[in-house]
Amino acid sequence: MADDARDPKEPTGDAEVAQTHPGGDLDRPVEAAGFESLIEAKTGLGEMLAPVAGFGVTFSAMFRPTITEQYPFERVPTKPRFHGRHQLNRYADGLEKCIGCELCAWACPADAIYVEGASNSPEAQFSPGERYGRVYQINYLRCIFCGLCIEACPTRALTMTNEFELAGPTREGLIWEKQDLLAPMPVGALAAPHPMAPGATDTDYYRGEVTGTAEEQIDWVREFRPDDPTLPGAATATTAPAEQGRTR
Amino acid sequence: MGIEEAPSGFLLTTVEDLAGYFRKGSLWPVTFGLACCAIEMMATGTPRFDISRFGMEVFRASPRQADLMIVAGRVSQKMAPVVRQVYDQMAEPKWVLSMGVCASSGGMFNNYAIVQGVDHIVPVDIYLPGCPPRPEMLLNAILTLHDQIQNQPLGANRREAAAAAEAAALDATPTSQQTGLLR
Repeated sequence: MADDARDPKEPTGDAEVAQTHPGGDLDRPVEAAGFESLIEAKTGLGEMLAPVAGFGVTFSAMFRPTITEQYPFERVPTKPRFHGRHQLNRYADGLEKCIGCELCAWACPADAIYVEGASNSPEAQFSPGERYGRVYQINYLRCIFCGLCIEACPTRALTMTNEFELAGPTREGLIWEKQDLLAPMPVGALAAPHPMAPGATDTDYYRGEVTGTAEEQIDWVREFRPDDPTLPGAATATTAPAEQGRTR
Repeated sequence: MGIEEAPSGFLLTTVEDLAGYFRKGSLWPVTFGLACCAIEMMATGTPRFDISRFGMEVFRASPRQADLMIVAGRVSQKMAPVVRQVYDQMAEPKWVLSMGVCASSGGMFNNYAIVQGVDHIVPVDIYLPGCPPRPEMLLNAILTLHDQIQNQPLGANRREAAAAAEAAALDATPTSQQTGLLR
């Protein structure tokens, strides 16, 4: 090739290119050729105040309303659908909704839920139907509050509250057990275990057709656990408003 | 007469309360954001949540000027020695807040790349769940930590408390041998 055979001492033109720096030569100031500022130069008082004009923003901010939330003293409520900690719900008569199916544990992307189901028996009926959740643990140091467990739950046993104050000093303490997660007793409800409402099936419970505690259930608890703390409340709730126990 | 030799009861307790009050009143965190939790940590410093209400707005760039390390985000195996070094560089007394589930236990990243809980490398004073925790949750954790700091003993009482804590830790089941969820 002819190019390869050229004399290495012959100038190639690179030196001339390197001399003309894109921003002008390094020694000389850049000539802003043809540049005119669109902002008019300040004159008089404006020119004098120009260096501190930025403080105008600071000054005007003093007259805007404060947006600081005084969190621990005044709590701004979360949005109603905020994903807070979980809650295991109950039916109106106090039976647990959880049936120990483990679908929440299967849905959990972080493996934060551990469920162990067990069979209900006539002596210890915790939930309507055959099974109940004997062990229910949520590890709040794994849970990412995505809500997939809520979507998976077939009986709406597991829902989320808006509570978010969960910090704790130990890792063990942030594994919440079933008793920590269970919802408070509804008014007039009777603590599980006790039999299902007479004649009702688990489907009736699921359809919301059991709206209160029945006399038979109260009698059962009175017989087997006479010192149950929820017994007086349930007894007054059923007798006072004329026989509203089980409405099918 | 040193503080340790003072008559037990009134004097030392008062000094402890005073020291705790001052310590919790100017707890400076070290800038240590590792992932998405750091965004919420920064949000906590904004005017809306305003961490400076608790004297904590000075996020120090140097661990030598900081009292609190907020481990905000997942700690990878590669980052672990850095976390430890930053902790070692902080001056006593110092506290660690494990922010978010990833820092606390590995969270949903149960794999070979992520340290399964920052307590494997530094002693953690308070754990904060959430993915990421909202700024109020961080403030709540910080205030809980403030309570701990306020009630921290000094001098001889502190040595006693430390010895009791150590004895309890030696008696407890090691984390690696605990079964179930805690891994």
